[in-house]
Amino acid sequence: MIAITGLTKRFGKKVVLDGLDLTVPKGKNTVVIGGSGTGKSVLIKCAVGLLRPDAGEIRIDGQDIIKMDERELVRVRRRFGMLFQGAALFDSMDVGENVAFVLRRLKMYPERQIREVVEEKLSMVGLRDIQRLMPAELSGGMKKRVGLARAIASEPDILLYDEPTTGLDPIMADVINDLIISLRETIGATSITITHDMASAYKIADQIAMLYKGKIIEVGTPEQIRTTSNPVVAQFVQGRAHGPITDESEEFVRFVSR
Amino acid sequence: MTDSPEKNGAVRLAELLGERVYAMVLDLGAIFTLFLQVVTSIVPPPSEIRNIVKQMEEVGIRSMPVVLVTATFTGMVLALQSYAGFQRFGATSFVGSVVALSITRELGPVFAGLMVSGRVGASMAAELGTMKVTEQIDALVTLATNPVKYLVMPRVVAATIVLPILVVFADLLGIVGGYFVSVHLMGANPYVYMAKTYQYLEFKDIYTGLVKASVFGTLISLISCHYGFVAEGGAEGVGRATTRAVVASSMMVLVSDYFMTSFMF
Repeated sequence: MIAITGLTKRFGKKVVLDGLDLTVPKGKNTVVIGGSGTGKSVLIKCAVGLLRPDAGEIRIDGQDIIKMDERELVRVRRRFGMLFQGAALFDSMDVGENVAFVLRRLKMYPERQIREVVEEKLSMVGLRDIQRLMPAELSGGMKKRVGLARAIASEPDILLYDEPTTGLDPIMADVINDLIISLRETIGATSITITHDMASAYKIADQIAMLYKGKIIEVGTPEQIRTTSNPVVAQFVQGRAHGPITDESEEFVRFVSR
Repeated sequence: MTDSPEKNGAVRLAELLGERVYAMVLDLGAIFTLFLQVVTSIVPPPSEIRNIVKQMEEVGIRSMPVVLVTATFTGMVLALQSYAGFQRFGATSFVGSVVALSITRELGPVFAGLMVSGRVGASMAAELGTMKVTEQIDALVTLATNPVKYLVMPRVVAATIVLPILVVFADLLGIVGGYFVSVHLMGANPYVYMAKTYQYLEFKDIYTGLVKASVFGTLISLISCHYGFVAEGGAEGVGRATTRAVVASSMMVLVSDYFMTSFMF
């Protein structure tokens, strides 16, 4: 279980996360929704220790990772797998080396077994016989799947997805959705997904949380979020140009009200 | 604040200067921190040997042609110029000594340093910068890998070891270039020329040059990796990081060269 309390992060004078609270139940998929630039990425980067928050706690099974030094963090990070928005494949290595990267770093398998293990991880994301290809030769959807294979290679029990369906066509987006669901079932991982793709959110989520102005303003099951009475959440999930979010923000007021 | 009309030019100039100096001090601090991180990550010796060797090839073997051509022509033009100068007071027999001393003490390491700044510094900053803006560096962290140890340390170690080796060859070809111009174009006596080359050349001249080269290697790789690591904002950011890396490392080569010379001789 991941329990986040009072998480605060500033960049210069801009407060991005402002005392955020969120509980992520074990073995469930929690989807965090919110507009662009509301700090969704900052949230999961804090969770995996890529960013140091200014205040608050992030407890993973009771241990607060914010108080940890770099060495303890390295140990805890082995429990995490992260899929990056642009897949972030190492473009100097082929697909096989990308997926095998963490296996080799942690010496999890003897070298002669690595190809086999990599092939198995790739088959989990529905790919085969592509170990020799370079990332530049792959399509966007394939890159994400390879990125996913790389993230699950070390058998993490917490998976973080940074906008897994952004930039993909609707069919490939749904393939990724199915993969996320099947991975939760097969490896039983706890996961946090951040997205603004509501179709994806409804499909993969056990729990949806809405991030707005640095705080989680509502948490619920997909059904509760769909029928919410909170006007801010309703505007976002229904994708309307007029509503409380756009009324409060000056950058929208200028051209929406015309 | 900054564009309020009441402020006169002098205040704005002072502000701008202050901002620049502040940014520079921040960079220096970050580069020094990076240096310490690199030093502490060397401690278990066999780690990252493969990466170090790969970088040695990149910095050493691939920079060899450009460094050698530069050194040869530097030696040649040096011979030409000193010949023209020394002829005025009939001391042309000293051309060999001047070429040998200038190349080994100064021009060999400095020109090699400048060429490597341009070639290797740019490629390091661009590569790490691209990795930064495409989140590959964050990905490394999530894959149980320390980016400083994996990316920066091998580059710094490789550049520090390889630059002196490059300079040995640069010294050699610089002197050969000078010899060629003096003997074959200016008609100097080859035996006298060689004798004069050796006569005043001390071992110290050579090894101080190599020490300088080693320091240049450390500085160039550290500075370039630093600017790569702090790159942000897509392709434009990578371009900016690359420019900064090349400008800063070339300048540091020349500045540190002065101070090392004043301490070592």
